[in-house]
Amino acid sequence: MVRDITLGQYFPGKSLIHRLDPRVKIALTFVYIIFIFIASNFQSLFLMVALIFGILLLSGVPLMQYFKSLKAILFVVVFTSVLNLFYGGGHVVWSWGFVQITDGGISNAIFITIRIISLILFSSVLTFTTSPTELTDALERLMKPLKVLHVKVHEIAMMMTIALRFVPTLLEETDKIMSAQKARGADMESGGLMQRIHALIPILIPLFVSSFRRAYDLAMAMECRCYHGGEGRTKMRVLHATPRDAVAIVCTAVVCAAVVFCVVYFPAAIR
Amino acid sequence: MPIIETKDLTYTYGEGTPFCKTAVDHVNISIEQGELIGLIGHTGSGKSTLIQQFNGLLRPTSGTVLLNGKDIWEQPKKIRDVRFQVGMVFQYPEHQLFEETVLKDIAFGPGNMGLNHDEIMKRAHSAAEFVGLSEELLEKSPFELSGGEKRRAAIAGVIAMDPDVLILDEPTAGLDPRGRDVLLSQIISYHKVRHNTVILVSHSMEDIARTADRVLVMNSSKVELFDTTEEVFSHDSELEQIGLRVPQITKIMSILKSKGYPVHTVLTLEQALKQLMPLLSKGGRKNG
Repeated sequence: MVRDITLGQYFPGKSLIHRLDPRVKIALTFVYIIFIFIASNFQSLFLMVALIFGILLLSGVPLMQYFKSLKAILFVVVFTSVLNLFYGGGHVVWSWGFVQITDGGISNAIFITIRIISLILFSSVLTFTTSPTELTDALERLMKPLKVLHVKVHEIAMMMTIALRFVPTLLEETDKIMSAQKARGADMESGGLMQRIHALIPILIPLFVSSFRRAYDLAMAMECRCYHGGEGRTKMRVLHATPRDAVAIVCTAVVCAAVVFCVVYFPAAIR
Repeated sequence: MPIIETKDLTYTYGEGTPFCKTAVDHVNISIEQGELIGLIGHTGSGKSTLIQQFNGLLRPTSGTVLLNGKDIWEQPKKIRDVRFQVGMVFQYPEHQLFEETVLKDIAFGPGNMGLNHDEIMKRAHSAAEFVGLSEELLEKSPFELSGGEKRRAAIAGVIAMDPDVLILDEPTAGLDPRGRDVLLSQIISYHKVRHNTVILVSHSMEDIARTADRVLVMNSSKVELFDTTEEVFSHDSELEQIGLRVPQITKIMSILKSKGYPVHTVLTLEQALKQLMPLLSKGGRKNG
């Protein structure tokens, strides 16, 4: 069902990872993602995997939840790894006509799979342990320098907050509308592709209508409380970096240095 | 044979997760053909979960729902047929409107039943008549209607399937007092003409007292009371304990009774008047 979507969902908690400054978390996630691509052999990738597992355990979020978020992108993982099987040099292990699989291809496929999975896990940690408000708050702060280029930083952050805030609401709404149309005999589980697309109309139209209604209501409520954008607006919770954040940065720096060392010292895995 | 019967009906949300919550706990009730049942209970008492199992929108965690003596989940592929027999009007049903015209929207349900065009149109028109939508409204877009008209159009969409059991979840919520009265009397007259079973979920005790033959009271996932309307509303202190109340006039009469006046439980103003007038003519003496 629609409720099973976990990608980008927040799990409240008080773990070490939860309590890190969201700005630091965003910045570090960014660094990790870059280093996943810098890690070009199994030795360095292993370091990144060890790091991600350490973070997963520290986050206190049930591992099952991470597994669920991986399920959502299972298709992408399988697709890319299968595709990679057929590219790569080395010895031919198996062949059928012009299709052939080499040991290089197999190692490529494994390598890419681990890369994609770690990528998703790193971003899941960020969204699972950081509330949407914290996230946008930190983004707003991090993007502040862009104001020089006349980017409407506050407005972008506000739009993101609202969008994230309404994800669960709209999911619930979708569930309700689906139930109501099913009660009128709408059939969403059988039929060909065209029939199924056609069966979405009774759900999508009410959903659009209610989203617009909610948008108008929200705009009205914001204006009633004299919202006028970011100019001169103060924060209820000001973000503070703590020694905890310094430790996180130092740990990351150590692992990253080790990754760079491995990359230089060992041969690359992708052939 | 009862039209709807439940046996140890239990529904648990999120079973196997730390967030699991039993919303309906071993419910055993039976509802006879042609009854008008009022369903009351505090928010979160499991009313909505209960009724969504009657038409197979939710599948019981354990226990069974029998429709005319047959388990509705006997053939899961035929669950749509159950939904045509047990019509369900959700809270704020006007949010489900989607078609280009009101008539087409009302015809959505019967259309899904696979009826022929003439029959669909016949049912749609008669359903519209039942809820008091005039012919010229039927060709309009549902989004042009007023709030009350939208509500009626949505209810007509379920009535048009001609279900044996009609479940209405707070059909009068958010309507003005006149709109409430009109809609309620339309539901009663529909019930009288078609002789079908109606289950009415409501927070308005006055509405329930006026309409229901029997009242089912839900409290924290269990059935608290299920009896005739008079009997249920005579338990005024128990109802108040679980966060419900009895109609105002019922309350007044029960206070009079506790003070020793010769009156008994009433549900409507008219009934109260019948008992109070003779009392007043005797000068209000307690033992006349």
